[in-house]
Amino acid sequence: MTTVTIPTIISHDIDTRSHDADGTPRQMGFFTDTSICIGCKACEVACKESNQVPDDGLHWTGESYDNTSAIGCNSWRHVAFIEQTKPVQVPDEQGSGALRWLMASDVCKHCSNAACLDVCPTGALTRTEFGTVVVQEDVCNGCGYCVPACPFGVLDKREEDGRVWKCTLCYDRLKDDMEPACAQACPTKSIQFGELKQLRVIADERVRRLQSRGEEQAQLYLSDSTDGVGGGHAFFLLLDRPEVFGLPPDPVVTTRGLKTIWTSAGGAALTAVAAVALAYLRGRA
Amino acid sequence: MKPAEFIRRWPLVRQLTEGDPLGLGKAVQSSRTQTLEPRTHSADRVVSSVCPYCAVGCGQKVYVKDEQVIQVEGDPSSPVSRGRLCPKGAATKNLVTGASREHAVKYRRPFATEWEELSLDRAMDMIADRVIATRAATWQDTEEDGDQEKVYHRTLGIASLGGATLDNEENYLIKKLLTALGVVQVENQARI
Amino acid sequence: MAECHPVGFQWVMEAKERGAVIIHVDPRFTRTSALADIHVPLRPGSDIAFLGGVVNYILEHERWFKEYVVEYTNAATLINPEFRDTEDLDGVFSGFDAHKHSYDVASWSYEGMELMSAAEDREGAAQAEHNTGEQAGSGGIALKHGEPPQDRTLQDPRCVLQLLRKHYRRYSPEFVEETCGVPKDLFLRVAQALCDNSGRERTSAFAYAVGWTQHTVGVQYIRTAAIIQSLLGNIGRPGGGIMALRGHASIQGSTDIPTLYNLLPGYLPMPHTEHYRGYQQYIEMNAAKTGFWGNAEAYFVSLMKAYWGEAATRDNDWCFSHLPRISGDHSAYTFTRGMFDGTVNGFFVLGENPAVGSSNGRFNREALAKLDWMVVRDFVEIETASFWKNAPEIATGELQTDKIPTEVFFMPAAAHTEKNGSFTNTQRLLQWHHAAVEPKGDCRSELWFMYHLGRIIKEKLRDSAEPRDQPIKDLTWSYPTDGDIAEPSAEAVLAEISGWAPGREYLKGYDTLKPDGSTVCGCWIYCGSYADGINQTARRKPRQQQSYVGGEWGWAWPDNRHMLYNRASADPDGKPWSERKRYVWWDERKGQWTGEDRPDFIIGRAPYYKPPQDARAQDAIGGAEPFIMQADGKAWLFVPDGIRDGPLPTHYEPRETPLANALYPAHVSNPVLQVIEHALDPFNHPRDKPAHDGAFPFVATTYRLTEHHTAGGMSRFVEYLSELQPEFFCEVSPELAALRGLTHKGWATIVSARAAIEARVMVTDRMRPLRAGGRTIHTVGLPYHWGQNGLSTGDSANDLFHLALDPNVHIQESKAATCDIRPGRRPRGPGLLALLEEYRHRAGIEPAVPAEVEVET
Repeated sequence: MTTVTIPTIISHDIDTRSHDADGTPRQMGFFTDTSICIGCKACEVACKESNQVPDDGLHWTGESYDNTSAIGCNSWRHVAFIEQTKPVQVPDEQGSGALRWLMASDVCKHCSNAACLDVCPTGALTRTEFGTVVVQEDVCNGCGYCVPACPFGVLDKREEDGRVWKCTLCYDRLKDDMEPACAQACPTKSIQFGELKQLRVIADERVRRLQSRGEEQAQLYLSDSTDGVGGGHAFFLLLDRPEVFGLPPDPVVTTRGLKTIWTSAGGAALTAVAAVALAYLRGRA
Repeated sequence: MKPAEFIRRWPLVRQLTEGDPLGLGKAVQSSRTQTLEPRTHSADRVVSSVCPYCAVGCGQKVYVKDEQVIQVEGDPSSPVSRGRLCPKGAATKNLVTGASREHAVKYRRPFATEWEELSLDRAMDMIADRVIATRAATWQDTEEDGDQEKVYHRTLGIASLGGATLDNEENYLIKKLLTALGVVQVENQARI
Repeated sequence: MAECHPVGFQWVMEAKERGAVIIHVDPRFTRTSALADIHVPLRPGSDIAFLGGVVNYILEHERWFKEYVVEYTNAATLINPEFRDTEDLDGVFSGFDAHKHSYDVASWSYEGMELMSAAEDREGAAQAEHNTGEQAGSGGIALKHGEPPQDRTLQDPRCVLQLLRKHYRRYSPEFVEETCGVPKDLFLRVAQALCDNSGRERTSAFAYAVGWTQHTVGVQYIRTAAIIQSLLGNIGRPGGGIMALRGHASIQGSTDIPTLYNLLPGYLPMPHTEHYRGYQQYIEMNAAKTGFWGNAEAYFVSLMKAYWGEAATRDNDWCFSHLPRISGDHSAYTFTRGMFDGTVNGFFVLGENPAVGSSNGRFNREALAKLDWMVVRDFVEIETASFWKNAPEIATGELQTDKIPTEVFFMPAAAHTEKNGSFTNTQRLLQWHHAAVEPKGDCRSELWFMYHLGRIIKEKLRDSAEPRDQPIKDLTWSYPTDGDIAEPSAEAVLAEISGWAPGREYLKGYDTLKPDGSTVCGCWIYCGSYADGINQTARRKPRQQQSYVGGEWGWAWPDNRHMLYNRASADPDGKPWSERKRYVWWDERKGQWTGEDRPDFIIGRAPYYKPPQDARAQDAIGGAEPFIMQADGKAWLFVPDGIRDGPLPTHYEPRETPLANALYPAHVSNPVLQVIEHALDPFNHPRDKPAHDGAFPFVATTYRLTEHHTAGGMSRFVEYLSELQPEFFCEVSPELAALRGLTHKGWATIVSARAAIEARVMVTDRMRPLRAGGRTIHTVGLPYHWGQNGLSTGDSANDLFHLALDPNVHIQESKAATCDIRPGRRPRGPGLLALLEEYRHRAGIEPAVPAEVEVET
């Protein structure tokens, strides 16, 4: 057997500083490698402790070990548990070869083209210097326009205070070059935090390795800047199709028509100005 | 605020002057957002600690502000854990500051149906009296066994359970005191 | 491991990424299985059959590490000709007493090597209980000096290797399949993977937790793993070993500095009334002639000086008579039984929750109702503290609050963030945690509680003339205190544990301890943890600035050695077995051992050193004998003494089982298992009469979930954890659900002769029926965290389980018992007792005698 001497993905000490040496902010993000997720939910708890997110109530769902159910205003990370019995290894009658238990920690995707940002009328949603998307809690007025705009159903209004809450990618911590709480806690580094371009290189290498080991369905999700949301600042390695994890297979930014609309609106406005001017000139005549 | 400053902070002007014409980025950031910093920054001190749950022994950093624990995180320097924590370790602040914690002695009188209040000093004194009395009443010294004498020097009237969640120094004092009292029934979670 | 030790599991995942094969053997498919290369579901309680199969495979296929085995284990040692194996005696070893259900171990000895303890026993005590369980420290037994006879060709039928072959000959892959329900091919994959990954170039590690210890043959589970690892050369080498994954922050520390009845600090045995009639006998029996236990007197005298100070002198045998004597088993279930018969009247509960965490909750809770007084110290109001008002037995009418005489003191405890102190982790690493804030209100540390309780008692007994109070008066108990609450200095206590020489010269290590009363040391294996007056356990040199061993972070006992017996990482000549696996080796030029870690050996002892005949203690350790705590310096494949239930692990069924013993029909379960006989603890079926078609046809097993901690005191009261696993549930296979009409997300009632409890139902393919003994075996999986109090509440799984114990260490068998499961919730009130009675009647169990509550008004 070969001896692997390069750091493994688990031991990789990725540079987690959010700024260059000269203080220039970097484009930062999450790479969640679900192939090494152990479903411990440390991410969910570390997030809540760091961001002081309230508990989400006690509801036993019976859906495998998932009692969080979905990302919401009070659960900014959500670990999905998928029990599969399809033959993915050599089937063997009594062993567990036919059994697979997938775990995946989901989070706001911090889309490069973010519909929530586009529709927010108050400017509460903002794109930070790190390329991430944040709801400013002191600006949000709870209008809720962003909620249906998100193709992933991430944005959610907290009824108690009427505002929308979601993952900030620990914007406060990034400002000080600290790792987001979930990524720091993750025992197996299934959640990796770093500069987006470096994470993409790691992810490409990782998916190639898994595929060469026979994980044919290993695939990256939202790592491509040409996809429907322009790629995510949080992207994922999945061992099955996205819909298995409740993720839209081909998400599209819901405001994709916005540019056309503004162009048309601009044209209409110019026409109106011209018409007014013409009328004025006619009047003068 | 001077008029010029007022105008400069007008969002439309910021959009146009700060390279954010659509008003999605810095131009719309509130002053709170702009001055945001990690909560841990406000800590008066950071204390090195160890996770209290299982025996892996993950390193923890405890952030303290105004004599309150405000955050507990993994210690990246630890060769054991490399800064990582499981959900229990990550919930440590909730454990140590949570609403379920009791902060006062509670006393239940024999046959009573409710707890009563009791001062800590009084409780300590009462417990010491119970130990002395039970020990005296149940003391086993020696016993004739044929032509020999069996030595016991102990009491079976008192037992103690617990220790695996405690510090070494605490276990040391428990064993030392109870041994001197002749209490041999000292056990902990290691056998469970 | 991913379930219960997720952060430790990062190293397993890392090994996997580097090419290691991860094998997970567990009845259930867990979060660990999900990440493993091979998951082996096996029938609960059948692990010795499985591991014995591996031993047989290694021997049959000659896959053992020849040089390691011949040089470093007792494979070549000849055993007493009187010895008879279970294969000769149909399921028992020689020395079995069928009436007492115990062994006389004399015939298990090395040939011609009378065991010290055995010799003393025969002289002294009427009962020939040898140096087992209560009487032995970790050093096990003492051998008379000299080399035991060996056959280094390993051909003599009385040599250990041949006895091993004979004992495990029938543990074939077919036997494994039949007994464990593991398909032969799957078993062979595991055996081959283990062998392929062992040897000079590669090593394999075992990690286990209470899934192995909570059995009536728990010690023998670990022993079987030790045999495999010794045969494969995986002990004392990097990437090898057998690792206990322990569940409490300092459960290792509470064993080293024991809050255990049979030990004094550093694994010195508690004096026994039968066996130790005086100081000289105690020392002679515990100080082995050879190996590091040869210095037991120095360790003991230093402890006595720590306890009694100036009062301990050579003339009074260092106050040996101040020590109380044990007279048998005084472990938790035994003393809990003592509460029923009135011998135990007062009870301290310190950060433990027996009402939920111990087997047979009813037995434990009803016992509490017999006490005069109880002190419970915890963060929250755990079920043990509130049993008198809301135990399940109140609802059934078995207990009535106003008739319970127990006086209860609930004392709120300080958290680790509110006190200084050290935890010893599962790898023997001491790490200091610093107090961050003062505890609030009445919250106090155990250090505070014990110190002030001792101080008050000493004051109250100051003028006593009673001889029994002399030890209290002599006890050294002056620790500096600090702050408004007068918290004693934990560092001062650590300093006493670590020890000093005259003039407060802090000791550097246990080899400096003296038997003349000049050194003080509270726990010899921790000697040096406060070397140079510096708290070594508080060292925190960042990992990035030191070697991967992490030798400058905290302090590992003994002597900051991170891997025990690491001299075995080099060959007999002192060279690494391979470059890839180099760890500690002999540097001829410097004339000492060196390497990545501190050598667990005598630093200047050359590999070719042969001890003279009359050498003793460490001088008797040969240069090629890595197992320095053993009297013969070798790893023991065969244990000549120190274990109650056999020198070689043998497959026995659990006390409650659906199957007969395929090997030994006459002995279904461990013939010397321990039972706490009590009316509240009936068994589902008579001993040695397994029941597969009666009232309790299924197997029950307990476990933990990542999101909770043991009996729940530190998780069910925490919002962020309770919401992650908010209810008690049971896990069953779709097949069992169909068989019993259980509905996913519905309710089920699980019944044993002890209790009936209810749980939500999780039907999952992760539970699989297994074929074993010609039958389909269904298992009910039960996480055991719940109780009545806290944010997330539910019935306690441990209520179902019984009190049959491992005879060596008195651990209950909660990983494999039998049960029934039926749809729907359990009855409330007295109806619950009627249901239990109905089951007991069907199972032919004598009606349980209800525990009468004596009321004095």
